[in-house]
Amino acid sequence: MFAYIARRIASTIPVVLLVALFVFSLLYIAPGDPAAIIAGDQATPADVDRIRASLGLDRPFLVRFFDWFWHILQGDLGTSIFTNLPVTHMIAQRIEPTVSLMTLTLILSLTLAIPMGVIAAWKHGTWIDRAVMMVAVLGFSTPVFVIGYVLAYVFALRLDWLPVQGFTSISEGLIPFLRNLILPSVALGLVYMALIARITRATMLDVLSQDYIRTAKAKGVGQRGMLFVHALKNAAVPIVTIVGIGFAALIGGAVVTESVFAIPGLGRLTVDAILRRDYPVIQGVVLLFSFVYVLVNLGVDLLYTLFDPRIRY
Amino acid sequence: MIDRRGLLKTAAVAATGALAAPRLSLAAGSKTLRFIPQANLANLDPIWTTQYVVRNGSLLIWDMLYGVNEKLEPQPQMVEGHEASGDFKTWTFRLRPGLKFHDGEPVLARDAVASIDRWMARDATMGGVIKKRLDALEAVDDRTFRFRLSQPYPKMLFALGKSSTPTLFIMPERIAATDPFKQISEYVGSGPMRFKRDEWVPGAKAIFERFDGYVPRGEKADWLSGGKRIHFERIEWQIVPDGATASAALQNGEVDWWETPLPDLVPLLRQSPNVAVDISDPLGNIGSFRINHLYPPFNDVRARRAVQIAVSQEDYMGAVVGDDQSLWRTLPGFFTPDTPLYTEFGGEPLKGKRDYELAKKLLADSGYKNEPVVLLVATDVAITKAQGDVTADLLKRIGVNVQYQALDWGTVGQRRAKKDPPSEGGWNIFHTWHAGADCVNPAPYIALDCSGPTAWFGWPKSDLVQEKIAAWYDAPDLAAEKQAIKELNKAAMDHVVYVPTGFFKGYQAWRKNISGVVKAPFPVFWDVTKA
Repeated sequence: MFAYIARRIASTIPVVLLVALFVFSLLYIAPGDPAAIIAGDQATPADVDRIRASLGLDRPFLVRFFDWFWHILQGDLGTSIFTNLPVTHMIAQRIEPTVSLMTLTLILSLTLAIPMGVIAAWKHGTWIDRAVMMVAVLGFSTPVFVIGYVLAYVFALRLDWLPVQGFTSISEGLIPFLRNLILPSVALGLVYMALIARITRATMLDVLSQDYIRTAKAKGVGQRGMLFVHALKNAAVPIVTIVGIGFAALIGGAVVTESVFAIPGLGRLTVDAILRRDYPVIQGVVLLFSFVYVLVNLGVDLLYTLFDPRIRY
Repeated sequence: MIDRRGLLKTAAVAATGALAAPRLSLAAGSKTLRFIPQANLANLDPIWTTQYVVRNGSLLIWDMLYGVNEKLEPQPQMVEGHEASGDFKTWTFRLRPGLKFHDGEPVLARDAVASIDRWMARDATMGGVIKKRLDALEAVDDRTFRFRLSQPYPKMLFALGKSSTPTLFIMPERIAATDPFKQISEYVGSGPMRFKRDEWVPGAKAIFERFDGYVPRGEKADWLSGGKRIHFERIEWQIVPDGATASAALQNGEVDWWETPLPDLVPLLRQSPNVAVDISDPLGNIGSFRINHLYPPFNDVRARRAVQIAVSQEDYMGAVVGDDQSLWRTLPGFFTPDTPLYTEFGGEPLKGKRDYELAKKLLADSGYKNEPVVLLVATDVAITKAQGDVTADLLKRIGVNVQYQALDWGTVGQRRAKKDPPSEGGWNIFHTWHAGADCVNPAPYIALDCSGPTAWFGWPKSDLVQEKIAAWYDAPDLAAEKQAIKELNKAAMDHVVYVPTGFFKGYQAWRKNISGVVKAPFPVFWDVTKA
């Protein structure tokens, strides 16, 4: 198993580098000029050219690529064109809000969506099932930013319970930390919750019709034990798969959620960098996201063995 | 004895109570001002970049030799006094005593000289003109420095105190020695606030802390002049990219002052009992329909006049700022309304009913043969998107084959610099806007320059316009300046250097417990207080 994990982690390196090369090439051919943005609207063309030269943006593609690659090999993601700060420093500043948001979203989504899906399957065809599915459809069809605005309007502006925006580090206390993150996590988590609840329901419906469930019932196993121990464990593999796949959607959703709730996370850093053509930052963040996504998939693979001992690597 | 359910219930109630507790614990006290700026403060070198948000942050950190008051008159700020020779070729300045940088070092004449050098290298308008006429710029002693020029330069004080970017800020010599095309890496100034670099999260927040060593002037503050007294220990800039979120945060008391609320959200803000809304910048902005003079059809003045007489500024302003007519006015001229040099002389083509038939005729006379006209539209910036949509409609009405290219601002910034033919990656038209503060006279007004290849994007060339600009520079008094501007306005209108699409203003909004907010082209933090 350890050899497998080591192999998988090692295999992430070429994947991440391929992504990096792809992103580097894409940025090179994409239109847009950071020098023009820096120079501002009143700048002369000569000013823009000089800024471009001072940033090294007038060098050929291969020179720039190998220069960048050489620094990557040394663990240096470069320096932001605009802030003059190291990209690693900027990522470090932004990682806590994003990790916090995603963790809380995952906790909320999993703890609510799995029981919802299980109960909907158990009460198949009843009003409970329909209500759960209605919530799921709503969660699917409502954009994150709409949910965000509605939540902020109700819970911050009308009820005055929670703040509209911002982030407070957990080091400043759990309560302020949660106050800032509850609304964004709910907004971001609804789609994810809907996805997991629907998959859980569908898988559980399939499992609940299996012979061994009927046998368990006949043996007098309690309802809760039958649902959450016998059935859910056997339904876990597709659920875990969808949790892993949904993680990519969660990263995309975090970009929007961080903008709506003014959370200074990696999503906003990415958007700002793209709009300004801050190439080193875009490359650094994409590298990070691709690495994390590969790790999440590795985690999903390992969880399969936990839920289904027949799976071996 | 409490059972498990009881314990859980109590914990839930306690948690809910704590979460829903009033915002008192989070709200900063009256010693902190929380401000949402117009844009992200991504860097802090006011010479390297010309972004207004950078200039605005820099006004807190660095001080200026001169600062303009609300009448746009340069007033001494770091300077105690000056002496100009009768021919305006020698200018001698003496710094105020007791000026200190944030690192405790005194401000010396050599710091001013190095800062002026760096500024001249980047300010294409006034700094560039001074540089061309400069024989020597030297520190005479620790507090005195002197310009010796080869030609007269009567506008020196305005240049040193201009608020348009790049603005001249005085930095320590070691920082000002940085290549003007590279960013500085230290933010040490002698202004009223020091920058907390350790708390800076670009894209999220920027913190300024009061500098106790700052000695304000004795006069009352007036825009960038007078005593810059700060009544807060900290000013926190919070970057909130989403307008709706910023509006909600202001209403909820999470921030104190929002520099640029969206016009659409202003009615909502006005309904809030705790929020005040008013015009932000009395000098406003001038919308711009920028034409490429190098290629057909607009290399022929008749084609440029065709679009000029078809432009309905009412349509543009309605699209840019909406129904609120207090925010805009038509502008048959190039200079900022309600400023001393404003004129409408020669502005007839932009007045009265629009004549599409005449426009079509002029276009035909220019030899236009239905070739595609490339319109670059930055769709991620509301003002340029609105103007671009109106222009596309206008061009179709007069029979132009429009090629609407929807891009982001970063791409437009790159494309507009291309001098290639429109069919090979170049362009015919793009839109932007100019801050009214930059359009009060020709000195900071690079968009009016008609020097051809070295002019601003579109590269207009007109010897007559250049002659009138020179006449303004040499004008000995206000009457002569006004005459020169009248003639310049007409010449630029006749040549259709660009087409102004109207004059518009924006709002600012703040909590009612904040007082002292003034209308200016930049946020003025001095003399603002919080109850």
